Amino acid sequence: MSDIRYVAAESLDEAVKAMLAAGGQGKILAGGTDLLVQMRSGAQNPGTIVDVKKIDEVMQIVELPDGGFRIGAAVSGAVIGEHKSLSAAWPGVVEAINLIGSKQVQGRASAGGNLCNSSPAADSVPALVAAGAKVTIQGPNGRREIPVEAFPTGPGRNCLQPGELVVSLTLPARQPGSGDAYLRLIPRTEMDIAVVGLGVSLTMKDGVCTAARVGLGAVAPTVLLVEDAAKALIGSKLDDAALEQAAAACSAACKPINDKRGTIAYRTKIAGVLLKRATAIAARRATSNVPGGMH
Amino acid sequence: MAKLHVTTTVNGEEVEFLCDAQDSMLDVLRGPLGLTGSKEGCGSGDCGACSITVDGRLVCSCLMLAAEAQGHSIGTIEGMAQGDRLHPLQEKFIELAALQCGICTPGFLVAAKALLDRNTNPTETEVRYWLAGNLCRCTGYDKIIRAVMDVAADMRKGVAA
Repeated sequence: MSDIRYVAAESLDEAVKAMLAAGGQGKILAGGTDLLVQMRSGAQNPGTIVDVKKIDEVMQIVELPDGGFRIGAAVSGAVIGEHKSLSAAWPGVVEAINLIGSKQVQGRASAGGNLCNSSPAADSVPALVAAGAKVTIQGPNGRREIPVEAFPTGPGRNCLQPGELVVSLTLPARQPGSGDAYLRLIPRTEMDIAVVGLGVSLTMKDGVCTAARVGLGAVAPTVLLVEDAAKALIGSKLDDAALEQAAAACSAACKPINDKRGTIAYRTKIAGVLLKRATAIAARRATSNVPGGMH
Repeated sequence: MAKLHVTTTVNGEEVEFLCDAQDSMLDVLRGPLGLTGSKEGCGSGDCGACSITVDGRLVCSCLMLAAEAQGHSIGTIEGMAQGDRLHPLQEKFIELAALQCGICTPGFLVAAKALLDRNTNPTETEVRYWLAGNLCRCTGYDKIIRAVMDVAADMRKGVAA
């Protein structure tokens, strides 16, 4: 006999009402690749499971008139990876999402779920932070939109208020000469949790970096926006001095834990190494993304 | 709480079942539906022994609620052979001894078919990454990878369906 309720909401209003009615015992179900594991282990015992996959807005990828993209919170990694124009505009974001788990997990796991699970090591989040993505949240008081970096508040915790749920993630329009990349360090080649994850997004004009954002994961209670690293890159030609300074800023931002995956010293060092490597990839993409540029 | 009534399609046939909210698709396949080909290895999405397709998309049935199957189309290992005629992947797994204890085999077959349905010309690296979510503790994987590569080659030559 089950005491758990399952609600397949047909609209955002219905989902919000079901979450409010659950009185703090509700859990949103998107891909379920975290939730079902947590339920089985006893880490989560929801009174009501609110499935949002019947709601069009959370299941669609929309190309916006300004050239940006809105990714529904429950769109699976597999669907995101097959979206050609999104993958062309934001290869780093798409790679980060596609690094989560196996092909089987990709068939269900979503970027919205990865964000709401609020792990400091979530693969998609540093790339979304670097991209300047916004989170659209719907709740009893309507809609609000916040930057991705403001969403997680601690390991497994986030800023969602009672009755609120994530509807979509919005990536801004891409300027010419822009590129992004995400790299993570794991002890094996696949199917593991990041020791450090780092996303870079930058814009190059005439060999000079004119805009940059850096997102850093698995080295602090939440994924970080490393503004000092971006400052070191902006205005430079991504020369060694600028890269060293940006790498040092990433290492300085680290407040990691010691665990079986890596020590504090190792994570801190690797954060700088990944900054240099991810910046090189993003810069190569940026310069091949200019009309008449390298291909 | 009352049971949930779910109508879905399994291997092309419409089926109905009753389940509790927290029952996984794997629980219902192996229990009420009697389809025990999908195995439970880990129950946490790590081993792939419970692999099925949902609307053609490869997923772990242990990470899906049975209630979510409503209105969708489920494919399991039981739908792979056509009557007594084995699927070319099944034939090749036997021919090349790509299995030992057999627990992981249904998951590998379902996952490999999902790959070849999309791409009949995968590189060995692509096959290995595609099957990274399927664990085998017997074979050492090589025979499995070779079997999948061989079937892909046969499909390109038009000898395998």
